Amino acid sequence: MANLKELSKKEEILSGGHRLCAGCGASIVVRQVLSALDDPVVVANATGCLEVATTIYPYTSWKSSFIHNAFENAAATISGTEAMFKSLKRQGKIDKEIKFIAFGGDGGTYDIGLQSLSGALERGHNFVYVCYDNEGYMNTGIQRSSATPRGAWTTTTPAGKVIPGKAQYHKNLTEIVAAHNIPYVAQANPWRWNDLIEKARKAFYTDGPAFINVLSPCPRGWRFDSKDTVKISKLAVQTNFWPLYEVENGVWKLNYRPKERKPIKEWMEAQGRYRHLFRSENEHIIKEIQEEIDKNWEKLLVKCGEK
Amino acid sequence: MSDIKKLGWKEIPEGGLIAKAGNSATYETGSWRSVRPVRDEEKCTNCLICWVYCPDCSILVSDGKIKGIDYSHCKGCGICATECPVKAIKMINEKEFTD
Ligand code: SF4
Ligand code: SF4
Repeated sequence: MANLKELSKKEEILSGGHRLCAGCGASIVVRQVLSALDDPVVVANATGCLEVATTIYPYTSWKSSFIHNAFENAAATISGTEAMFKSLKRQGKIDKEIKFIAFGGDGGTYDIGLQSLSGALERGHNFVYVCYDNEGYMNTGIQRSSATPRGAWTTTTPAGKVIPGKAQYHKNLTEIVAAHNIPYVAQANPWRWNDLIEKARKAFYTDGPAFINVLSPCPRGWRFDSKDTVKISKLAVQTNFWPLYEVENGVWKLNYRPKERKPIKEWMEAQGRYRHLFRSENEHIIKEIQEEIDKNWEKLLVKCGEK
Repeated sequence: MSDIKKLGWKEIPEGGLIAKAGNSATYETGSWRSVRPVRDEEKCTNCLICWVYCPDCSILVSDGKIKGIDYSHCKGCGICATECPVKAIKMINEKEFTD
């Protein structure tokens, strides 16, 4: 179990002075994930909020090595870096341990960088990929992505008389990654910091590719007050919208089971992006989403051997 | 507040280099804040929950104890005050302060 007193003694890799919005989930996720490290690290970052806000010229918030390449290739970039490291090690030119991690938002991971991620996983590089999933293209002004949940308002799935927010359910990236049969896959959330840091530690110290999909609440795009980022994370887990589980060498394990599952309505009520769903003509959508969540939860319980 | 200034074109390194890792620490984001977190040392149990949730690395800890809040970077999101289990942090309107 992670001990905060011990973790707080390590030097932080991310500096203050980055320009993510107040209350942004992404930097909470990054700080928690990197706190699990005991070795130097090379960070690759897909284009996205995190990359843009931490590298505004002439500043950088990164005290580690940091590479930004393009939107679609953070996983390919970190693969190449890791391959070079292996080669240098073989040649005896480097002898210390170095870890490799790529961060991507959902745009850079679910959508634009999926082929590059899939390739890197299949080739078996020794790296960690963390998707901070804020469920949309927030950096460019809140457009839908394949991670945007059904019913949510975005600027490209507007809520009006004709369209009630996004029509499709979000894709299950964690399971898509698990289908690559890599050594470690997990789904996590910054509210359960202990669970996330422990998963990050496992990911860094697993030989081979490891992937963690972390929900990263976005006050701006989800329309909630910046003070509630952690509360919203908690609701995501308590409503089974974002279950916490891991797949270690093919074995599925549920990491948290809410004592009593809260209705999805509570997660929606807390965020302005779902406001239109509470109009009487749209209420059937909430019901359908609830049914979908319950169905997916049952499937997950079976996979995790809980049923 | 602090004496952090923006770099002018004469101070920017040639060739677009960034001369120091983590130099955003010299960039002030504290001016974004409209409410300021103030911690009651008496109530605080040094559990470090605020530290693990702060998005702006602004809870200063040394040797496992809270040493203060970094007001040159804290954006006043209010997460620390919301999540503190003993309600040791209060958010106070910046208008109440003269510094
Ligand atoms: S969360 Fe509250 S009690 Fe815990 S260290 Fe922070 S201010 Fe102190
Ligand atoms: S108000 Fe937000 S940015 Fe400021 S110290 Fe608290 S959690 Fe950190």
